[in-house]
This record gives sequence, C-alpha cells and structure tokens, in this order.
Amino acid sequence: MSILELVRKARATGDFGVLSEGIPYMRTLNLRVHEADGELTIELCAARLHIGNPWLPALHGGVIGGLLETAAIAQLAHDQDTDQLPKPINVTIDYLRSARVETTWARARVTKLGRRVANLQASCWQGDPDKPIATLVGHFLMS
Amino acid sequence: MTDEQLLQEFLAFRAKPENQSPHGNFLGLEILELKRGRGRMRIPYNPDLAGNADSGVLHGGVITTVLDAACGLSVISALARHATIATLDLRIDYLKPATPGEPVTAAGHCYKVTRNVCFVRAQAYHLDPDDPIAHCAATFMVTSERTGESRAAEGCR
Repeated sequence: MSILELVRKARATGDFGVLSEGIPYMRTLNLRVHEADGELTIELCAARLHIGNPWLPALHGGVIGGLLETAAIAQLAHDQDTDQLPKPINVTIDYLRSARVETTWARARVTKLGRRVANLQASCWQGDPDKPIATLVGHFLMS
Repeated sequence: MTDEQLLQEFLAFRAKPENQSPHGNFLGLEILELKRGRGRMRIPYNPDLAGNADSGVLHGGVITTVLDAACGLSVISALARHATIATLDLRIDYLKPATPGEPVTAAGHCYKVTRNVCFVRAQAYHLDPDDPIAHCAATFMVTSERTGESRAAEGCR
C-alpha cells in the first residue's frame, strides 16, 4: 500500500498505527501510535538500541528528536485535509531533562494549520506529562 | 596536543565497547574527522531508516541523530578542559531531501566556548558541503567538570 493510501486508510479508520507500514523508521525504532479523542500519542519502548550516552545511560538526542518529529507528522496527518505525508521544513528541539532508558511518550499539537505550511509543537515525557524531557516546535510542508 | 594526537586518543577511547553509543552503533555512525573544534561523522544509508517507504528518503530523526553526534564531537574537541556535555537545543533546517542510497555526512563546528555553554553550527550533506541536505545551529551545556576517568571521554585535554 502506498503512503498516500496508508494516510487515507488511517484517516478513514482512525488507526494511525498503520502509518508505520509506510514509515520504516517508526518500525525500526519500535514507535507505536495510540489514539484517544483525536489526539495521537506515540510510544517509544526504550531498549538498548536507543541509548546515546552509555555512561548515564540516556536515550540518544537523535532518538528523542525522531520521536518528537514522528509525533508531529502523525498528528498533522490526522488533522489535515489531504492524504499527503507532511514533510519537515525546520524543527527546534529543546532538551530539558536527561532521558532515562524507559518508556517515553510524545504528543504534538497543531498551532496553526495554513494552506501549505503548518506550525506544530510537540512534547515528550517519561512518567509525568507535566515534566517533559524535550519539546519541539517546527514547520511542516503539506504539499 | 596536535589534531592527530587528539583524534588518535579519542579513537582509542572509542574503541572500547563500554565507551560506545549503542544507538550510534545501531545506525552505523562513524567518525571521519576530529580536529580542535571540528567533528565530522557519517551514517550509511539504510532503507529501514526511511521516513517514507515509497521515496526511500531518510527520516528527519536520522538527520537529527548524525547532526547531534557531529555537533557533540566538535564540542568535545573544542573544550580545553575535562568535562561532560549535554545538548541544550538543536535547530535544524531541512534544505532538501537526502538522496536514497547515499550515506550522509555531518560536519560540526564549535565556534564559541564559554564556561557553561558551547555554540555549534553544522551541515549535513552527501559529498559536497556546499550542497547541504540540512543546516543546524545548536548549543550544548558543559554539565560537569569531572576527574579520574579517561581524559578522552571528557574533552580530550
């Protein structure tokens, strides 16, 4: 199934987990999608392969960035009116706390949905959603 | 210490499994160059890391990872003291999609070191640094000034 068909299927059924069939990075990093009341939450089941700093240990900043970006792309695919997979234009990631090697959650919110460009904010946490370990703000192209 | 000594000391340190980043190893991240204030790393192409199965273009998270790693390497090589570092923030502009099948190189330059914060810029590209895939501006915290462990782990000098 093409990525266009997968986005269409996800939007029709509400099961955005099917996106991982068209996004190999999500499968490789073992990112799972949960949906509740129109909000998607991405779950990262932390494993050894996600560790960046072996001494602490802590999850790699790139994994955290990939998780936040995936949350933004999935939420935008959910909220937009087209079946295209959005592309990142730019992202700013703030690393707020060291990421322990444990289950990490990410959620994104569309701040502004324009005709071609959307602005999103995303946050990820471990345990307490009010204590984010990292946040993202970014622009995404929808055509 | 010369740039060559710096590189050799760091490579010797990194040769020990306990000092390697499991995620870096998983992605096949390798060090190409380490000079004072500059670090260059490369990641091989892998279709399992694509952000779109149809196009095969690498996911932004992969570009983020190689940029973060190259920035961190440039900070470590720039610090004139033993320290551990942590990424404070990264801003990445995605200038064009990475070409499927080609490895991605990231070159980081730590252009300003202060007591607590280091400032870095970096580019990701395939072969030509003047034709970048992504541009990055980042800051790193110098988190602690430790002693006792390998010097290479903590800033090389």
